Amino acid sequence: MARYQLRVNGKDREVDAEPGDSLLSILRYDFGLTGSRFGCGEGQCGACTVLLDGAGARSCVTKVGSVGSKAITTIESLATGEHLHPVQQAFLETEAFQCGYCTSGMIMATVGLLKTNPNPSEQDIARLMDRSVCRCGTYPRIVKAVRLAAQRMQTTTSSEGGR
Amino acid sequence: MEPERYELSEPSRYTFTLERREFMRVFGGGLVVMVAAVDLLAQESGRGRAQGRGETPSLAAWLHIDEQGHVQVSTGKVEIGQNIRTSLAQTVSDELRVPISAIAMVMADTDKTPFDAGTFGSQTTPRMAPQLARAAATAREMLIDQAAARWQVDRGTLAARNGTIVASDGRTLSYGELTKGQALSGTVSAQPSLQPAAEWNVRGTSPGKVDGRDFVTGRHAYTPDVTRPGLMYGRIIRPEGYGGTLRRVDDGGAFAMAGVTVVRDGDFLGVVAPTERAAARAAAAIQATWNVPAGQPSSDTVYDYLKKNVDRAVAPAIEALPMPAGVVRTFDATYRIPYIAHVPLEPRAAVAEWQDGKLTVWTGTQRPFGVRTELSETFRIAEDKVRVIVPDMGSGYGGKHTGDAAIEAARLAKAANRPVKLVWTRAEEFAWAYFRPAGVIDIKSGVDANGRILGWAFDNWNSGNSGLQTPYDIPAASNVFHPSKSPLRQGSYRALAATANHYAREMHMDTMARALGIDALEFRFRHLKDARMRAVLTAVAEKSGWPKPSVAGRSLGIACGTEKAGYVATSAEVSKTPAGFKVERIVIAFECGAIVNPDGLKNQVEGSVVQALGGALFEAIDFADGQVRNGTMEQYRVPRFKDVPAIETILLDRRDIPSAGAGESSLIAVAPAIGSAVRGFGQVDTALPIRLLKA
Repeated sequence: MARYQLRVNGKDREVDAEPGDSLLSILRYDFGLTGSRFGCGEGQCGACTVLLDGAGARSCVTKVGSVGSKAITTIESLATGEHLHPVQQAFLETEAFQCGYCTSGMIMATVGLLKTNPNPSEQDIARLMDRSVCRCGTYPRIVKAVRLAAQRMQTTTSSEGGR
Repeated sequence: MEPERYELSEPSRYTFTLERREFMRVFGGGLVVMVAAVDLLAQESGRGRAQGRGETPSLAAWLHIDEQGHVQVSTGKVEIGQNIRTSLAQTVSDELRVPISAIAMVMADTDKTPFDAGTFGSQTTPRMAPQLARAAATAREMLIDQAAARWQVDRGTLAARNGTIVASDGRTLSYGELTKGQALSGTVSAQPSLQPAAEWNVRGTSPGKVDGRDFVTGRHAYTPDVTRPGLMYGRIIRPEGYGGTLRRVDDGGAFAMAGVTVVRDGDFLGVVAPTERAAARAAAAIQATWNVPAGQPSSDTVYDYLKKNVDRAVAPAIEALPMPAGVVRTFDATYRIPYIAHVPLEPRAAVAEWQDGKLTVWTGTQRPFGVRTELSETFRIAEDKVRVIVPDMGSGYGGKHTGDAAIEAARLAKAANRPVKLVWTRAEEFAWAYFRPAGVIDIKSGVDANGRILGWAFDNWNSGNSGLQTPYDIPAASNVFHPSKSPLRQGSYRALAATANHYAREMHMDTMARALGIDALEFRFRHLKDARMRAVLTAVAEKSGWPKPSVAGRSLGIACGTEKAGYVATSAEVSKTPAGFKVERIVIAFECGAIVNPDGLKNQVEGSVVQALGGALFEAIDFADGQVRNGTMEQYRVPRFKDVPAIETILLDRRDIPSAGAGESSLIAVAPAIGSAVRGFGQVDTALPIRLLKA
């Protein structure tokens, strides 16, 4: 057992854990951040996706000992108060969910995707999100939501850049 | 509707009785309308209302308006992702004339909601929604009566609008003002005036999911997210194979761990620990050996096994039905349907808490009251000492009818004398849940010299009887379901056996059309009188460009069917690939009567198509020696982004027909549409998933 310092949603947190313990378990059970869901524990469904230094990562197969000083971002920190992140807003408006169990992970995967690929085509989205599973089958809507979020974020970015 | 063997697992043996005074004590005041379960049954059977028998009718639902005008509606139904929390609120909003935001749906809590057999069979929209509509209309009329009495005016001059009663001179009284200080209670009147579908205002529109924000923010608490003071964590140690009995346990390693309790009760073996990770470590430290029965069937031998192990021997239709005179050509086929898994992303889970002899369990199940009965029987306590609460679920697809995790968590909690959370691993979910039944379907058909089907014999071993009857107009038809002893645990699944039966039937229709040189659509039309089926077929044919695929070199297939009072036709366009084929485009037309929420319905139909792709293209449980051999998400492939073709959805809105449930039926014609399309490239295996044998 060792003590780990983690940077979670902008705050420093400490936890006692084995180096091989999953980050998901720590987020959910030690920090009470249950928005990241347990789906498979194999890194195959993406329900547990969080950002590590801005890149999507499967927290269920991420060992806490490997996180180091990387900034961890979970679904709980995405909105600013009641103001939703554009990706959350896009998922909400397109109703890109049914049961919603995959939604946190899908949204986090999208935020990560748009950082490296701000204007993905439908094919890009299918390719880059292929390891995230929506068992209710709302994929066509998720693709729409990602496109909508991308358009809005690009508009925001360019207008901000113009100022 | 025909009873489906795997869905109606148990009759309800519980009657919820209601003390009205108690009710008013609980609510404080306002207005309550109760929906008696017998009302609906009596009306449906044309016997009128049961009255004067001096008994408290069992409740189906209730509706309460408090002194602020907030509306609470209680139903035992479960939100699984099918969006009934929203669609039922739309119904109440429409009839009660209040905004949806004023309505809170109280669902699936055995202490707070009336008995409900379960959320399955697409019954919420056709059965629960009309009951709530009548409750809301009754409440509305009671409020109009109240306002008429207060103002001393004729009730005919008053109207209900946006949470208020409005007089002809413009005076208004809000529902809250009308119910303030009151204790009004009513039961649904026999003939409340309901809005005809043509005049719906809120139904027929697509408000977003009522609590959608909770899902995009991660705030929604599913069962695995429920927490309790002093919560401990459990794990179960499973047998090494089906039917395994415990031979020997070495729990010394787990026993030595701080705070760990090992629970052994017969063949039940589990651990409780202070943290989730400690529970996993303790479970891993236990060395258990099991006796597993030898010689269990495998996924290769199961089909023979099912035919040899019928519950009772009934002559197969293909032997018993003589082909009528005039038959000049017969067609025989056998189709094999594998077991498939539901794979809900939220695994089975439960949080159980014993307090003063009462057991409370939060769990994901489609049958909260059924699970309450299971818990009551397992722990030999009265049902009123058990409360089952179902947080809106991370889906089920028919896979969560039972209370496995609830019972296990409760057993562990009892031993630990603390609340216990148990979340199944994905491996447990694959191996120890239940499956959609495997089956064998034999068909024999005969046509006359003009290609008209005169005889049709259809035997289904074990899959189930949903969708068994042919919708085609055939003079001599016999369809027989032969229940068998299933080597694997099996149960309900979205659309049940309708998917298997439609696959076999529609593939066989395609076989005959091809052999006779008749266009597959034309062949169906010649045998179809049902205008609703013809309408969905026509819609799909037009949109898909039947019989020509949209891209040269591709192949187009078509299929249709009806299930749970909905009608569906589907076309599939496939392309040839080096590995076989690829589904490029699906066109689906669906008609389920009057549409309550068009966008929600579209979501369900698209999702059904995607889910059906799995069973059509790659899902099958591989098992041998009492073990599942592909029980991981990596090995058991479910549809993913890249598998999804272009999906074009046509919804036919029939405001003149009562709404049918719509969460299941649109699965049924996907596989045969794909299978028949693939036949354009060569011979197709008669087993699911679909395989191109040779080009």
